[in-house]
Amino acid sequence: MSQGTNQYQEIVQNGLWRQNPGVVQLLGLCPTLAVTTSVVNGFSLGLLTALVMAASNASVSPVRRWVPSEIRIPVFILIIAALVTVGDLAMHAYLHALHLVLGIFIPLIVTNCIVLARVEAFAAKNNTAPSALDGLMMGLGLALVLAILGGIREVIGKGTLFSGIDLALGPAAKQFVITVVPHYQGFLLAVLPPGAFMGLALLVATRNWLEQRRQAKAGNASSAPVDTAMAHGH
Amino acid sequence: MDRSPYVTESPSVSVIMLKVMLALVPGIVAYVWMFGSGVLISLALASVTALVAEAAMLKVRSRPVMPFLLDGSAMVTAWLLALALPPLAPWWLIVVGTLFAIVVAKQLYGGLGYNPFNPAMVGYAVLLISFPVLMTQWPAPLAIAGAKLSFMDQWNYIFNRVLPGGIGLDAISSATPLDTLKTQLRLQHSMESITSAPLFGQFGGKGGEVVAGAYLLGGLYMWQQRIITWHIPVAFLGALALMSGVAHVVNPEHYAGPLFHLFSGASMLCAFFIATDPISGPTTPRGKLIFAAAIGVLTWLVRVYGGYPDGVAFAVLLLNICVPLIDANTQPRVFGHPK
Repeated sequence: MSQGTNQYQEIVQNGLWRQNPGVVQLLGLCPTLAVTTSVVNGFSLGLLTALVMAASNASVSPVRRWVPSEIRIPVFILIIAALVTVGDLAMHAYLHALHLVLGIFIPLIVTNCIVLARVEAFAAKNNTAPSALDGLMMGLGLALVLAILGGIREVIGKGTLFSGIDLALGPAAKQFVITVVPHYQGFLLAVLPPGAFMGLALLVATRNWLEQRRQAKAGNASSAPVDTAMAHGH
Repeated sequence: MDRSPYVTESPSVSVIMLKVMLALVPGIVAYVWMFGSGVLISLALASVTALVAEAAMLKVRSRPVMPFLLDGSAMVTAWLLALALPPLAPWWLIVVGTLFAIVVAKQLYGGLGYNPFNPAMVGYAVLLISFPVLMTQWPAPLAIAGAKLSFMDQWNYIFNRVLPGGIGLDAISSATPLDTLKTQLRLQHSMESITSAPLFGQFGGKGGEVVAGAYLLGGLYMWQQRIITWHIPVAFLGALALMSGVAHVVNPEHYAGPLFHLFSGASMLCAFFIATDPISGPTTPRGKLIFAAAIGVLTWLVRVYGGYPDGVAFAVLLLNICVPLIDANTQPRVFGHPK
């Protein structure tokens, strides 16, 4: 395996676009659908997931040779759970208001498929540095999807953007809240669970469309099939 | 002398859709007569929105625009949605609902013939979930309304939300009979005192029962023209009547009788015009019976135990999901093939 910059470039591309967990692998749907009622909620949970993923990939990779393969899953889960607990407690201490809003979905990062999937599929087979980068990039790819989906649902549902940013950055940040549509009646459907499914479906469709266009432009429409979304799990 | 088999020309989609619209006319006339001309504005608004949205989506999807636009299916969807919405709703409510029905429920799924859900009911459910307050502002029957609005007054209210001076919203609007029955029963009022209110008519709601009767007439015309078969209306109305009838016999103080349920809410519209949608419904006769009977049972359950006054839209959408299952399990045995 080459350790050149090529590999790192590929990891970044895979995480953010080609194998994006949110709109291509459709992994980590639990937070994608549940917390994306606003940009702030979506992105903060996404960011925490990305940090956990980077840390768990970086922790599993160095010990991968000493973990018997029969019990690797419980061991991986224990490592992930420990890291999530650290993140959960840190958030509880420093971002209490945001912690209250995200609630149960922070400890639930442990059960998020995408975290274990990257540990199992990448960190258990690769060196530490690329593993850490893979975890971070996959996490950021997911965070990006969560932020965009949160933005769409927030604008359509409530007519604002960045509402609740004061929870993350302190009361002074309240001025950053953008009221996109003044005197908006609110479109409840976008905030309710069906809005999450429809918003995600539109994002998946947009990503596939962009990818098809890109490939058609590159003129290799016949060679590589488009990595379209496939459902795997939650 | 004629010998079978005969070659018959099956009617085109346009002819069917035109006949469906024709069958809706008695209902619309009765609606205007009983509740005022506001419904004509929503019908026009929904039709224009539907045609524009359909044309735009066909263009985006690089499909031929004119043939699909002229088949009338978008117009029928628009009319059914407009008839299901409160006619005093603001213009944007009707536009949003129609856009959702045509763009999302119909065209994103592949257009005419490919939509798994009834587009009009998708539009209705989206609006009911998103704007619950506006969706309960129904006009009072003219016979008991505190004030009458002219056509221009209604136009002004729909587009500018302005009522002529001295008239409050309460004077022209009222809860529907289904809604009234549900809330009053929860307040422990007796069935007799509830249904003797001026809002209630002979067996359904005042005005509403006349409109339902007109839909029934239109439905019989469609059956006579062989646009629909008897299966869906009979199974739906039969199941609804059976459920409400049994409950009414057991406890008449708490459950309204079958006639009330058949002539209230969207029962008749559903039986003949909504559940009979050939695209989102099952294709086999036995499947149609199962499908429509289940809609009838669900509608009654939502009306009596659910959170919403009427359950037609949710029942139809839920059963739309089951259609592939129903179709697969009700295929008739091909003659000569063993069971």
